[in-house]
Amino acid sequence: MTEIDYAALAREAGLPRVGARQALPTYLKEMWQRRHFAVRLAQYRIEGSLNQNRLGLFWVVLSPLLQAAVYGLIFGVILPKDTREGINFIPFLVTGFFIFTFFSKSFAQGARSITGNTSLVRSLSFPRMLLPVAAVLRNLYELVPMMAVLVFILIGFGEFPMWTWLLVPVILAFMTMFNLGVALIAARLTVHVRDVTEVIPVITRLIFYTTGIFYSLEQVLADQPHWMLTAARLNPIHDFVELVRWAFMGSETDMTQLAVIAAIASVVTLIAGVFFFWTAEERYGRD
Amino acid sequence: MTEPRKPTIVVDDIHVQYKTFASGKAASDRRSLMQRQRGVRIVKALKGVSFAAYEGESIGVIGHNGSGKSTLMRAIAGLQQPVKGAVYSVSRPALLGVNAALISDLTGEKNVMLGGLALGMTPEEVEQRREGIIEFSGIREFIDMPMKAYSSGMAARLRFSIAISRDHQILLVDEALAVGDKDFRAKSEQRIRELREQAGTVFLVSHSMRSIMDTCTRVLWIDHGTLKADGDPKEVVRAYKKSQ
Repeated sequence: MTEIDYAALAREAGLPRVGARQALPTYLKEMWQRRHFAVRLAQYRIEGSLNQNRLGLFWVVLSPLLQAAVYGLIFGVILPKDTREGINFIPFLVTGFFIFTFFSKSFAQGARSITGNTSLVRSLSFPRMLLPVAAVLRNLYELVPMMAVLVFILIGFGEFPMWTWLLVPVILAFMTMFNLGVALIAARLTVHVRDVTEVIPVITRLIFYTTGIFYSLEQVLADQPHWMLTAARLNPIHDFVELVRWAFMGSETDMTQLAVIAAIASVVTLIAGVFFFWTAEERYGRD
Repeated sequence: MTEPRKPTIVVDDIHVQYKTFASGKAASDRRSLMQRQRGVRIVKALKGVSFAAYEGESIGVIGHNGSGKSTLMRAIAGLQQPVKGAVYSVSRPALLGVNAALISDLTGEKNVMLGGLALGMTPEEVEQRREGIIEFSGIREFIDMPMKAYSSGMAARLRFSIAISRDHQILLVDEALAVGDKDFRAKSEQRIRELREQAGTVFLVSHSMRSIMDTCTRVLWIDHGTLKADGDPKEVVRAYKKSQ
């Protein structure tokens, strides 16, 4: 057999290398062209997960509502009233829990988005970033009925609409960016080290208690050294939860600091996540 | 040959390895957390394969189980990065394999939509082709059932129908024809011929020497990760049969 210089043959014919990672702008452009895939995947996942239950779509709202009720019942009784003085407890709790659920589910499902779809990744070539995007999108869709129910709960407990309600979608838009960034980072880490999936529930639990879902961190930490509250406020999820509560129910606390931290965290996390995920594009589905 | 043929795919000395977790005898005795190689064995699936494929060729790939045929297909499709060497191609090859399950919880119809979108079609294009896809697959009565209720043959037919609904310049078919029944196989072979006529290149991995002989113009014989023979289907298949 004669020796053929295959690399030169390819060069002469002007063939590009297969599977080479595209430049980031091209990559994002292709993602945009295939956005329908992520949208449909998110929709079908919701339907697929629910259509075997009798109550179907109701569970999207019912499940977090029941969980919030459990926390409210247990901790509402155990914890002293001074952890939530002057607060309309039920809307406070439900708002916090719903917003937190948006984060925790995006985080968990985002982390599994590549490793849980191995057969899809191995058989079709599409920008892998669509999978974590679909995971976050799914939770964004599920948030819509949750917010609708929340509006009824708010009104039912005497919190009437004010102009700041209009800011809620803006806050949630930033939170979606943040969640997507976290999902992208978690997705890649899970591909490298499967053990990450075991740690995620622990991290989520830690964030849950440091976010202040059924107590007000501002009030609990009032007697503590000031740095503790500052540290708590550096947690963007706490900031998102507080901002949404402020928009729905008003608050005496100054929100500027929280809003700035939340906005910066969203943009930075999203950019970092996109970059971090994209640099390993060639490696997904390999092991 | 009057004019130089234009290569569509060039495979340049590719080596592919799998890292896998082994236990028992295969795992090393020293297990420690800090060592990254805990129980990890490296399996060399391809050890330097090179060839060039040209327009209008239909290439059969044969070899024993575990010889690296499917790995070669995945490497050509860009789904598996080689540790050494490279694959060059005019356009992104589309791989169609038996294992290419879509989402088994969803109905066949939704999988048609997702598969089409993943192949880069717009939702409108998928809508237009949906009838054709379902018709081709011949499983219309089951299309509203989740794919996990399908038999493996039915699932493979649907996947095949989705993949070939779009015109590909390069199509890689991994054992897909082996699963369908006689009618479906005839239809698929017809479609593969059509694709080839559209100046495409088709790779066909199969254990069925008959379907290789029927559809292919050239055969690659992969043995233990190396290219053992490359040439006319009759000769290569005869040599392969003799070796068994």
